[in-house]
Amino acid sequence: MLMTNLLSTLVWLPIIGGAALLAIGDNGDARASRTAFMRIVALAVTLLTFALSIILYAAFDNAATGMQFVERVAWIESLQVFYYLGVDGISAPLILLTTFITPLVVIAGWDSIKDRPAQYFAAFLILEGLMIGVFSALDGLLFYVFWEAMLIPMFLIIGVWGGERRVYATLKFFLYTFLGSVLMLVAFIYLYLQSGSFDLFGFMNVPLELSVQKYIFIAFLLAFAVKVPMWPVHTWLPDAHVEAPTGGSVILAAIMLKMGGYGFVRLSLPIVPDGSEYFSGLMIALSLIAVVYIGFVALMQTDMKKLIAYSSIAHMGFVTLGMFLLWHIAAETGAGLGMTGAMVQMISHGLISGAMFLCVGVLYDRVHSREIADYGGVANTMPVFAAFMVLFSMANAGLPGTSGFVGEFMVIIASFKANFWYAFLAASTLVLGAAYTLWMVKRVVYGEVANDQVAELQDLNSREFIVLAMLAISVLLVGLWPAPLVDMMNVSIELLIEQVGQTKL
Amino acid sequence: MNYMDLISAAPEMTLLGLICVVLIADLFIDDEHRVYTFWLSMASLIVTAAVIYATAPVSRVVLFDGSYVSDGLSQVLKLGSVIFVGLAFFYARDYLRVNEIHKGEYYLLGLFGLLGMMIMTSANSLLTMYLGLETLALSLYALVAIDRNNVTAAESAMKYFVLGAIASGCLLYGISWVYGVTGSLQFHEIAAAITADPSLNNLPLWFGLTFLIVGIAFKFGGVPFHMWLPDVYQGARTPVTLYLASAPKLAALALALRILVDGLGGLHETWSSMIMVVAVLSLLVGNIVAIAQTNIKRMLGYSTIGHVGFILLGIFCGTGEGDAAALFYTLTYVVAAAGSFGVIIVLSRRGYEAENLTDFNGLNARSPWVALLMMFLMFSMAGVPPFVGFFGKLNVISAVLSAGYPGLAVLMVLASVVGAYYYLKVIWYMYFEEAEDKAILQASTDTRFVLSLNALAVLALGIVPGWLMALCIQVLG
Repeated sequence: MLMTNLLSTLVWLPIIGGAALLAIGDNGDARASRTAFMRIVALAVTLLTFALSIILYAAFDNAATGMQFVERVAWIESLQVFYYLGVDGISAPLILLTTFITPLVVIAGWDSIKDRPAQYFAAFLILEGLMIGVFSALDGLLFYVFWEAMLIPMFLIIGVWGGERRVYATLKFFLYTFLGSVLMLVAFIYLYLQSGSFDLFGFMNVPLELSVQKYIFIAFLLAFAVKVPMWPVHTWLPDAHVEAPTGGSVILAAIMLKMGGYGFVRLSLPIVPDGSEYFSGLMIALSLIAVVYIGFVALMQTDMKKLIAYSSIAHMGFVTLGMFLLWHIAAETGAGLGMTGAMVQMISHGLISGAMFLCVGVLYDRVHSREIADYGGVANTMPVFAAFMVLFSMANAGLPGTSGFVGEFMVIIASFKANFWYAFLAASTLVLGAAYTLWMVKRVVYGEVANDQVAELQDLNSREFIVLAMLAISVLLVGLWPAPLVDMMNVSIELLIEQVGQTKL
Repeated sequence: MNYMDLISAAPEMTLLGLICVVLIADLFIDDEHRVYTFWLSMASLIVTAAVIYATAPVSRVVLFDGSYVSDGLSQVLKLGSVIFVGLAFFYARDYLRVNEIHKGEYYLLGLFGLLGMMIMTSANSLLTMYLGLETLALSLYALVAIDRNNVTAAESAMKYFVLGAIASGCLLYGISWVYGVTGSLQFHEIAAAITADPSLNNLPLWFGLTFLIVGIAFKFGGVPFHMWLPDVYQGARTPVTLYLASAPKLAALALALRILVDGLGGLHETWSSMIMVVAVLSLLVGNIVAIAQTNIKRMLGYSTIGHVGFILLGIFCGTGEGDAAALFYTLTYVVAAAGSFGVIIVLSRRGYEAENLTDFNGLNARSPWVALLMMFLMFSMAGVPPFVGFFGKLNVISAVLSAGYPGLAVLMVLASVVGAYYYLKVIWYMYFEEAEDKAILQASTDTRFVLSLNALAVLALGIVPGWLMALCIQVLG
């Protein structure tokens, strides 16, 4: 029973948990016991979801081709829409990432959320379910429903619990991503009319002319490029990140950005392979601009959250770069390398950026400032925290031995095989990334104690320690021993590359 | 004539009889016990609904020398109208009592309006259609003016009456031309005449058609015949606006489908371009002008105009799929519209109307549940899944794409992004701003319960939209 409905359980358990929290409600009763009850329920639900995803991982067959844990029930018969879920080696790791990060976010909001805790935790639980839904949906319409519904809790998280300019940031976030996605809906409906159902595999098999493929690619590109985000449609991200509460930033950076990359892999590449090939040069150019130009922009930031937001854009450039190198590498020399690198980079960036935002959150909870200039010499008063922060910064800069290294290195190798100049530009991140991250660490963590507030800082409490330690372990684990992760993806990536290689004209 | 045939027209006859009973009973009810009129009206609605359900014809039945038709479409629209009128009465009761305008006329005029709507949905001739339309329109004019001491209500009633009379005149003029050219008032005979003699499909008939479309566009509130709509929505008392915004949209849909599809389906090429212009203008004007509104009733008025654009684009396709999409859209849109005016009523209290957007400030702190319901309704109207408004838009876009108009489909989704902004604004005021007005909501438990059902319906219908879509396709397929 559980095994046949495992994915549904993963999707609906957090959503039902969130709805239950909303139903109990805050009721203007601000007693500590009530707040405590809310967060214990939230933590229990997210931990249970995580435990279930571990079962998913354990039962996942690395060697199997095709989808696993498939569930398929008719949903809207007149439109041939199915409630169709399933995972493969591309989506399963992303689901694990989601279920791993969400409990950490709940723990991170433990003390800092005093305003309407029930709604806060409910929003995160519902968001978790919807995100798992996006990663497991195999029906176009179902995918779209999860994809758009996800905006609602995030809109509220930024708008209600965010910083000063939260209304501006959250409206910009919502409208930007909504505008990006609606054209994807038109593309889905077009594909439905061509193939007769909303089944993604039906979309993949229907023959399409090149001109149509180009339009569909552009429609998908708008949706996914906004989410990744790629230059030049990235401007919502720094605003959203800066204004969002810590938990919101973590989810946004760690998981929601991955949706864009996932969309390219799950939809753009297999559904419009010829269109993707046609635009691959453009995609590589945009990715390289993100890596280099946004790297420089990050260097100039004075706000820590903004700096990490820009660094996210630069790192996500590697994801899109790795994916679209496919057509520029001869198959026998390992076309899969770039794709695998991109996928590993997604997971790794999820861990590292989440950790970086949590570190900023730790500081912000104490000092209520995100300005680099307000800090200095934090290592003197918070030695344990400083150790974590330095570790994550090293990972962000791509130090070997951390997860940040694996994905970027694979993508850089792949780009070498394609073109020296691609590799040259991509490799500049090793310098730029190190520069902006370590310069920030130098100014914040090292040096003399800058002011009285820093002098009074308390080091991590046990809750914060657990969260950061969990992330540190995973960052090192993926960095030192990426094999389990790569093995999980291999078969699916090979299958994908084979599929992309077949023209649909 | 077989008298058993009359059974198909039983819903209208029953309702008329019951209205007479309520009318007389109301004379003997004093103001303190006015709520009895409400319960009597509700009972009449329930009986009417039961009769509609019981007399559902197996196949299409045409009565009274071809002037009256009873088919799947009329059944669905009649049941829908009864439900929405009942909903309007429910929301209105406390509001009217608290504001001391609790007169029996609200319910009676509402019931007469319902009778007009039912006649319209079952009209099989231009004349029956016109009679139904006037029954509805006259009730609406009087309803808008129900609070006669209120200057804005009186003004908007006057405006509505004058413009409505002009529109009716246009419709009647168009009817006379169509009758003159085709020699018949009945839809199936008009259609047959056009098929038999293609030379009829010419300027004189097009001339009449244009006036018919003016009439239809006016009743829907399509641009450029929308001027009355925001003023009347804003000027009328909220329960009246609620009534106006809900069931009559179904009647307007019947008006359009019966005349354009049943009667003049052969002229699709000619009317589709006119409908398209009205629809596209409605989409743009409605959604863009709504952004600038500060009065929520007026804003919802403009938003209605935007939604009318979607409904008309469904009809524009001229396919069974498009008509079914328009029907689904109208039914589900009306659920959300009734709910959002219901929220305004729930927020109002004696002498105070929550009609400015800023009156929603901090609603989440005052009443998280009502704020959540309003959020559902707003996201549904904005077309964000999983709420039912999304599936309405999906159907219409799908119909437009399969009719071969990708450009229109793109325009529709872009217009809905523009529209999303003002719906988000309501949510922004409710959730992100502090409450200025800390008063506790006074709505009674049963009103809250109905409101909850109403708003949760947009979520429930969004999670299981299949059966309603199948029903719409079945009655129009």
